[in-house]
Amino acid sequence: MSHAVTDKRSTPVVPQRALAQRRLPNWAPLGIAAGAIVLAVAIGLGAGLDSKLQWGLIAVLLFVLGTYAIATVVEGRRQAKDRVATSVIWASFVLAALPLYSLIQTTVSKGVKILDGAFLSHSMNGVLTIGEGGGVYHAIIGTLEQVGIATAIAAPIGMLTAVYLVEYGKGRLAQAVTFFVDVMTGIPSIVAGLFILSTWNLLLGFGPSGFAGSMALAILMMPVVVRSTEEMLKLVPNELREASLALGVPKWRTIVKVVIPTAIGGITTGVMLAVARIAGESAPIALLVFGNNLINNDPFNGPQASLPFYIYQQYQNGNEPSYDRAWAAALVLIAFVMILNLLARGIARWKAPKTGR
Amino acid sequence: MAITAHNPTPPTPAKPAGAGVTRPGDKIFSGLSRGSGILLLVIMASIAVFLTIRAINAISKDQGNFLTTFEWNANANPPVFGIAVLAYGTIVSSIIAMAIAVPIAVGIALFISHYAPRRVAAPLSYLVDLLAAVPSIIYGLWGALFLVPHLTGLNMWLDDYLGWTVVFEKEDPQGAARSIFTVGILLAIMILPIISNVSREVFRQVPRMHEEAALALGATRWETIRMSVLPFARSGIISASMLGLGRALGETMAVATVLSAAPVLSVHVLDPVGGTFSQNIVAKFGEANEFGRDALIASGLVLFVITLLVNGAARAIIAKRKEYSGASA
Repeated sequence: MSHAVTDKRSTPVVPQRALAQRRLPNWAPLGIAAGAIVLAVAIGLGAGLDSKLQWGLIAVLLFVLGTYAIATVVEGRRQAKDRVATSVIWASFVLAALPLYSLIQTTVSKGVKILDGAFLSHSMNGVLTIGEGGGVYHAIIGTLEQVGIATAIAAPIGMLTAVYLVEYGKGRLAQAVTFFVDVMTGIPSIVAGLFILSTWNLLLGFGPSGFAGSMALAILMMPVVVRSTEEMLKLVPNELREASLALGVPKWRTIVKVVIPTAIGGITTGVMLAVARIAGESAPIALLVFGNNLINNDPFNGPQASLPFYIYQQYQNGNEPSYDRAWAAALVLIAFVMILNLLARGIARWKAPKTGR
Repeated sequence: MAITAHNPTPPTPAKPAGAGVTRPGDKIFSGLSRGSGILLLVIMASIAVFLTIRAINAISKDQGNFLTTFEWNANANPPVFGIAVLAYGTIVSSIIAMAIAVPIAVGIALFISHYAPRRVAAPLSYLVDLLAAVPSIIYGLWGALFLVPHLTGLNMWLDDYLGWTVVFEKEDPQGAARSIFTVGILLAIMILPIISNVSREVFRQVPRMHEEAALALGATRWETIRMSVLPFARSGIISASMLGLGRALGETMAVATVLSAAPVLSVHVLDPVGGTFSQNIVAKFGEANEFGRDALIASGLVLFVITLLVNGAARAIIAKRKEYSGASA
């Protein structure tokens, strides 16, 4: 008790320090940031740096160092490290967002330049590579047909494989299939293209066609469909299966009438995401479909155009009108892929499997 | 009870109709689904077999050394070609991509899972998902027409200040930045969304108790992440990176548009020379004769094997930690 009396002057201070460390005020990061920017601009002007990017980098560097120094003095080392980690993580996010923002912004701003009804409804028939005009109609037709055929091949096979893995699969075969589906996910698209080239074109002697490209795309699509369908089927509650089987319903009808309808939303989402992924593939198309300036409605005969490969060809032409066409086609392709993605996720949310009770 | 014990096998008519009988529908359906599974295995096997047959045909007639020759003259007579430059370019560009992408991707994943305000986090992760879907040819177009001109300054700066490391020396500092280094940066941007998506899923699965325990002990947010989140997620991050690496190794169009290829093996990553497997296939395919195509298939086989090894390793790491079910995306 006597201590309290003698330490009368310091008692209010000690518990305060022990319970709550001194903290920087809430406005401190903003203040340090402002200081860093001012200093960076001063350094930039003083050293005659002309790139605004360098100014920005100096500002970021000063901000991190300043935060560390000030926080160390006021709050201690541990808090300082925490603040630095926070700013580094924010910085890494901004650093990653910049190129991705620039990509979208460039594509949209350059793409809208010549994107109009005529661009969407005309082919490159009779258009000089160095001239203006032309369009992507033939490429859109080609992409839709190739992707459609690929989906028609890959979706049933992929879904049935997933059904096998979830409903029937036991033992060695199922393990092997699981493993090779994983491995197949990582096949580079160009290798899938080379495989079809070595069998369909070189061994069997067929010429380039949209169908050859579709087969390569189907190979790329199958593992994605298997994976997503498998995940969805696993979410279907076992009680549903058991209830159906207990009523004497055959297993295959249980799967077709109970299991798959329950998971159909997720399965559709998975297939659509897979479609979005292969719609942008151009490497197998370059080997197997060759591209075409004319409209070719027959995917089984002769070279066809395709949207992603069209972009590559226009880029290869290397002149301004071609670049304009490439950007406009890129915008069409991005829009197509994004709409598919948004639709797919919308369906996923709308028809989410009801696992709760 | 006594009766049932007396009569252990109930008479067959008491059985529900159809039990024990295999219905044709069941047989057909299970046969179909098993068949698709087997078909998948057959496709994988035939990819390996057919590529190998073609590759052996090409390599046996190669007048150079397939592994160490620099140039790619498969159409010439006698054909001389090798994968030295391609393997080097593929590996170096992927290493650069990984060095840039992995830390940033982990940063993004941490940002979304731990730092971003909750209201922003959901749309952000959604946005990153969308970016993973941008087709590679569009990255290529953007890389060639936007990134390359904008990297000239950085290249000159690297040459000026880091040229003494030899790695960043550039013969023509003013030249266009169509180099392996630029390819690496572009690949890094392309694989960012994949790595951060998978890492984010892993961070989400860190047991909340671990984090709350750390916080309760007075750890700062960073210490919590370092002590409870990162150790738990380490193998998940590694496998996410490997999946990204697999993408980077096999990327075709983005490399083909950006790189100005030349059969020179150079440690100067800023010089516009070099090549990668898939870029070489697309670039040389148009002019290739029948034998030239076989030679390109041989190089594709090497790429196939490399990506198989990388992906297999990633899957093995995931399989070891089965609880990361979300990491198999």
